[in-house]
Amino acid sequence: MTLLDARPGRPIRILKINDDRARAQCVRFGIGEGTVIESAETVPLGPVLVRHCRQEICLGRSLARRVLVESVVVA
Amino acid sequence: MKASAAPACCAGTASVEAPASARQIVLVGNPNVGKSLFFNAFTGLYVDVSNYPGTTVAVSSGRMGDDVVLDTPGIYGVSSFNDEETVARDIVMEADVIVNVVDAVHLERDLFLTQQILDMGIPMVVALNMVDEAKTQGVGVDAEALSRLLGVPVIPTVAVHRKGFDEVRDALDAARSGRSDPLLQERLTELLARVATRPEALLVLEADPVVSERAGVHIEGQRDAIYQDRRRRVNDVVAEAVRQPNGRPDFHNRLGRALIRPLVGIPVLAATLFVMYEVIGVFVAGTVVGFTEGTVMQGYVEPFLRGLIERVTGTSGVAYSILAGDFGVVTMTVTYVFGLLLPLVVAFYLLMSTLEDSGYLPRIAALSDRLMTGIGLNGRAIIPMILGFGCITMATMTTRILGSERERRIATALMAFAIPCSAQLGVVVALLAAAGGGVIALAYAAIMIVIFGLIGLAMDRVMPGKSTDLLIDLPPLRLPRPKNVLVKTYHKTVMFLREVILYFVAGALLLSVLQITGALQGLQILLTPLTVGWLGLPAAASNAFVMGFVRRDFGATGLYDLGLNGTQILVALVTITLFVPCIASVLIIMKERGKAFTAAVWLGSVGLAFLVGGIVAHVAGVL
Repeated sequence: MTLLDARPGRPIRILKINDDRARAQCVRFGIGEGTVIESAETVPLGPVLVRHCRQEICLGRSLARRVLVESVVVA
Repeated sequence: MKASAAPACCAGTASVEAPASARQIVLVGNPNVGKSLFFNAFTGLYVDVSNYPGTTVAVSSGRMGDDVVLDTPGIYGVSSFNDEETVARDIVMEADVIVNVVDAVHLERDLFLTQQILDMGIPMVVALNMVDEAKTQGVGVDAEALSRLLGVPVIPTVAVHRKGFDEVRDALDAARSGRSDPLLQERLTELLARVATRPEALLVLEADPVVSERAGVHIEGQRDAIYQDRRRRVNDVVAEAVRQPNGRPDFHNRLGRALIRPLVGIPVLAATLFVMYEVIGVFVAGTVVGFTEGTVMQGYVEPFLRGLIERVTGTSGVAYSILAGDFGVVTMTVTYVFGLLLPLVVAFYLLMSTLEDSGYLPRIAALSDRLMTGIGLNGRAIIPMILGFGCITMATMTTRILGSERERRIATALMAFAIPCSAQLGVVVALLAAAGGGVIALAYAAIMIVIFGLIGLAMDRVMPGKSTDLLIDLPPLRLPRPKNVLVKTYHKTVMFLREVILYFVAGALLLSVLQITGALQGLQILLTPLTVGWLGLPAAASNAFVMGFVRRDFGATGLYDLGLNGTQILVALVTITLFVPCIASVLIIMKERGKAFTAAVWLGSVGLAFLVGGIVAHVAGVL
């Protein structure tokens, strides 16, 4: 599924970021492919907010659609 | 502390003179980590703030003893993603010593830049800032372990309480190039046969297009692999040196989150805008400027200057008209720059710096991203748009924050065309009230919003390229420090004035020449068929449009005494709002976006104003 489909508040793992520049910038922020993050919330019709290590990162909607994620089962 | 650089107001050059033995000490860090506090502490008051050559990014430089200290824009990594990075990259590559300021609360993010510079092999000292906040949030950072893992001195600091400045300064002599990845370094050493320096080699290997081009070396890009490997190393360092807290987000966090939800965010944004409008649009643009421009400049300074010029030139000649006439190079420049712009600029930068330091701006961007993507922009563009209602001139300068030249152009054009500035809004509101408000006011607002949207959609279609997506880090909300806000305001104001004065002299000269040669009057006569025949306004209204070339509110003011009916007021207001931006903004647009673009916007706005005005006149006539 894409980041846009992720349910808020659940941990998810980033599988792929289909945008060269955004992928590099995300690695700098610390949320590269393979990182487990929390999808914090989606602004209605707007961008997606994710959390990782006390950081909040905001991704525009069309970018969020190009980020593939999977949900992580909490043991 | 010794600070021997020339005062900013008269230095006039981008660099501070220094002896040949001087070191270049460069401050580097992510945005909002407190870099400027270090810069201010190291250099004192005498610093030079100017645009980095060929860009619109401000760089501060100053002196600390014999050494030169340079501040760089906040960045998350070194490459060529935007203007800020390009400038920071070039300064970092030339640095002798780096002082890397990192936020102890967000080391996962900040140490990526740290490690990248260590991979370049530039000697570094790390200032581990905000250790107090980290402690409050339960984040335990072991500075000694961090120093051992990175291989460079790590000094805990609390910059807002001036703690640790001396220790960082003392550590400069102990700066080292630190630890990197041996395999990566091997590859860089191989590359050194083809490029001059190790920083250059790293950026070439990371496929930085600009540096590769400059070095003339084109190899297959390995940015993803290097970035991911660096990320792994940084995560290992963090895992060993940082103890993570376990707890729930605090109040700031929840407030910060609420601000991007429409239910809370929109009312807070509306309140913020209202306060800004009251402060800049009503109080400063009205009361303060009324005093500085009207009472001080036109009442005392201009007559005094005219008297001086008169003694030399007499009052009848061309020289007098050019220097002190209606658009006198001396009188108009002084009045506009110091009487009109200075108070606006100071107020504007005070509010901007406060908002900037509070961490609220990125949240406004998040909230409005959806609206802006429709017109080829992303949420960050809301900031100049909002400021445009205060002053288009100033707002045009803040389009620098946008991610690409394409977005800067769209935003600049939208403001120049369709956003009325506060000076004009005042007159517009008064005229709408005179027209009986209600339907006319609604029609005016509706027409302007539709035009705004259409221009945005059209430009998004026509302009080549693709706009950038919103991808921002939301900084924690903080109470701004008054001193920091004041220092920022001071430097930005000085830089602004230094940059605009020449443009004003040129503008005044041009207008004077037009007036003396009779071209201005000719233009007025030329416009009459348009105003009377096409717009259905009295002949005298053409004066208003000619005055509108100088200042938008002059234009609108000229409509007061014409005794217009409701429809005519609507037509006149729509036309004058869409009409060319004031001389000040035209000059700034020219400086920021170039001549060709300015000419297109200027001619386009004349055409669009009369086109839409005429359509409104004819449609309203039928209704």
